[in-house]
Amino acid sequence: MLGWEFPPFISGGLGTACFGLTKAMSNMGIEVLFVLPRPVEQTDQTHVRMLTPKSTPSGKEVHYEYEGLRNVQFLAVESMLSPYASPEYYKEKLDEVLREKRQVGQMSGAEAEERAFGAHEEMHYAGDMFSEIHRYANSAVGLAAAEDFDVIHAHDWMTYPAGIAVAAVTGKPLVVHVHSTEFDRSGEHVNQPIYDIERRGMHAAEKVIAVSHLTRNTIISRYGVTGDKVEVVYNGVDRNGDSRIMPRSGIGGDEKIVLFLGRITMQKGPEYFLMAAKRVLEEIDNVKFVMAGSGDMMNRTIEMAAEMGIGHKVLFTGFLRGEDVEKVYQMADLYVMPSVSEPFGIAPLEALNHDVPVLISKQSGVAEVLTHVLKVDFWDVNEMANKIVAVLKYPPLQLTLREHGNFEVRRLRWQDAAQKCARVYSELMVHV
Amino acid sequence: MSSVCFYFQVHQPFRLRHYTVFDKSPNYFDEFKNASICRKVANKCYLPTNRLLLKLIRKFDGKFRVSFSVTGVLLEQFAKYCPEVISTFDALAQTGCVEFMAETYYHSLSYLYSRTEFEAQIIKHSGMIEDMFGQTPRVFRNTELIYNNDLARTIESMDRFDGILAEGADHILGDRNPNFVYQPPGCEKLKMLLKNYRLSDDIAFRFSNRHWKEYPLMADKFARWINHVNGNGQVVNLFMDYETFGEHQWEDTGIFDFLSHLPEEVLKHPDNDFLTPTQVIDRYEPAGVMDMPHIVSWADTERDLSAWLGNAMQSNALHEVYRMESLIKEAQNEHLMADWRRLQTSDHFYYMCTKYFADGDVHKYFNPYDSPYDSYINYMNVLNNLRRRCVSKSESGAKAAPTG
Repeated sequence: MLGWEFPPFISGGLGTACFGLTKAMSNMGIEVLFVLPRPVEQTDQTHVRMLTPKSTPSGKEVHYEYEGLRNVQFLAVESMLSPYASPEYYKEKLDEVLREKRQVGQMSGAEAEERAFGAHEEMHYAGDMFSEIHRYANSAVGLAAAEDFDVIHAHDWMTYPAGIAVAAVTGKPLVVHVHSTEFDRSGEHVNQPIYDIERRGMHAAEKVIAVSHLTRNTIISRYGVTGDKVEVVYNGVDRNGDSRIMPRSGIGGDEKIVLFLGRITMQKGPEYFLMAAKRVLEEIDNVKFVMAGSGDMMNRTIEMAAEMGIGHKVLFTGFLRGEDVEKVYQMADLYVMPSVSEPFGIAPLEALNHDVPVLISKQSGVAEVLTHVLKVDFWDVNEMANKIVAVLKYPPLQLTLREHGNFEVRRLRWQDAAQKCARVYSELMVHV
Repeated sequence: MSSVCFYFQVHQPFRLRHYTVFDKSPNYFDEFKNASICRKVANKCYLPTNRLLLKLIRKFDGKFRVSFSVTGVLLEQFAKYCPEVISTFDALAQTGCVEFMAETYYHSLSYLYSRTEFEAQIIKHSGMIEDMFGQTPRVFRNTELIYNNDLARTIESMDRFDGILAEGADHILGDRNPNFVYQPPGCEKLKMLLKNYRLSDDIAFRFSNRHWKEYPLMADKFARWINHVNGNGQVVNLFMDYETFGEHQWEDTGIFDFLSHLPEEVLKHPDNDFLTPTQVIDRYEPAGVMDMPHIVSWADTERDLSAWLGNAMQSNALHEVYRMESLIKEAQNEHLMADWRRLQTSDHFYYMCTKYFADGDVHKYFNPYDSPYDSYINYMNVLNNLRRRCVSKSESGAKAAPTG
């Protein structure tokens, strides 16, 4: 399996998905060799605790073993981008770097933490983005020669060149797993080289796995892949075992909290969240809107809130992790995901897991699997506000959504996703 | 002797329009949707089935009989959107072979929440039936066949009715048989008819099911099943939604052919006949006392209230609408009263049902909303606006009082 991020080195849903999927596969007895382009020497405390080194051979590879993932072996390829002190930001940085390439001269400042890295440094690595991907491909080919496996499973575009290369060298079938496409990330302003890599990967693969029918449609209509090659495998969510008895309390007693949690980028629709917030505030006053996350639209979003005159009602927390995420879920009365385009969207599942009712845009893959949630078109700000008000105003609605939603989310298991992948594998192995 | 007693439920609610918390308009109902659904169902079901029944009644010279319960809210919509349906019902009424029963005008759950409202709606409905069809209903059926002993006693105490209908599913009746007339405990006059759910559902639900071992169901076969009741019962009560004909079971399933051949096949047996509920009650004595202390209905497999009262949203919405009763009555405004009563129609609460929602079943088919949550939000927004109108009405009324 070729991946780009894995907990705790994550910035988004991809790492979470790879973790959930490989864990379930491990439990099924499928042996997974997971190749990661990670600056593993730069370990910080959060992951040192979780990882136990199995062997540390000299050279470019490092083997790791996760507790609970007994059939998964990790190979980390040393990365050019290792100087980053905080590997969690890895993918986010890369995304940002790419976006900067597109919007030369329009670079908006990132959040304070990120600014520490300095813009000039980012520009320096920006030029290496694609060669970096090819370096990863080369390393992967090198590794593959020494390993025995049946199927190559590549997650998202950055690993497709590696997947194609390994497939060409070994003759093993290639499966590409599409967690997101360039159209989701950038709307119509696609980055052509990325699109080309995605397209090449999808066409080279014997099977394409899409995280939703929404994504499957994009793959068919925008990338020209034939429908019989594309399977839908929905993501799952791990049930969090700790039963927190902490009381749910709002910030200021009866103050309600509406939560946006995710990257503040075009794809996630932060401006629609603000427009809805403004409408909500016309109707009720004791509510705060919390925007947890960072991204290239953060400053613009802060400005926008101020321009709309609701700056005092919108709180920006920056990127949250670990306990802070738990806390913010505990405070929230409603989680809103107003994404313009969301291939799947694991975050609403996590919100439901934390007993927070959710409102999601109909333009998300997760809307295909969740029924006990509120759904709205991302552009329909009035309806979004209507539903937010309803959740805050009618407690039985919140209660029913929470109870049914929490139950429903238990049925979305990684085990099922892993089984579907395994079925795809076995079909390919019969073919060969 | 086997008497066949047909009763068809005829109902459509006033569906709400999309109403957000920002809306201020006092127009709550979706004129366009209600009109188009009413016309569509009229053309597929009400008109063709009424015409067919009229033809059959004439053909069998009064030996074929049926009964209806048509809600007040649907009769209002007929008058507005397709008055020709009322003409065909009236033509049926004039044959003397068709009985119209009583129910709550608004197809409401008022029995559970307000007895004064419950009785007022029954009286209003009976008045409308008298005006339109020249009959005074003698038999009562409650919304969705919701029933218990207490309902029977309440109906008897109104001193208007001779009979009442109830569901006759196995798990309610135990080893008792629905094919007799019974008496509710504590009642002296009122008799009770129980739905033969198996034979009723053979027509209403299973008729077009190709996986059913009896498929295709023909009139002669169905008549044979009715004949089997001979010696083990007196009356076969076939209770179903009228929309079974042409709407739930489409014309191409052969449902109209089935209906048009059924009287002939049933009447082939000399011991069989067709009766209306009042005739059944007049002819047969109660076979015993039927004790139903717990509430039953004809809905879903549970035959209980869970389709309307199964989650917190439903109970909240119902509670809130009936909590407004005194406010509405104090306002003494017929528009507010009409809006409030239309909001009591059980369908609004049915749309909020989360039972089986994820599996996508029959509930979804009848639901104009994408989700039960959307329907609750819409309903509560409307109810809040209505409350606001009441308060402002009574405030202006209070101001006017001292001067007057």
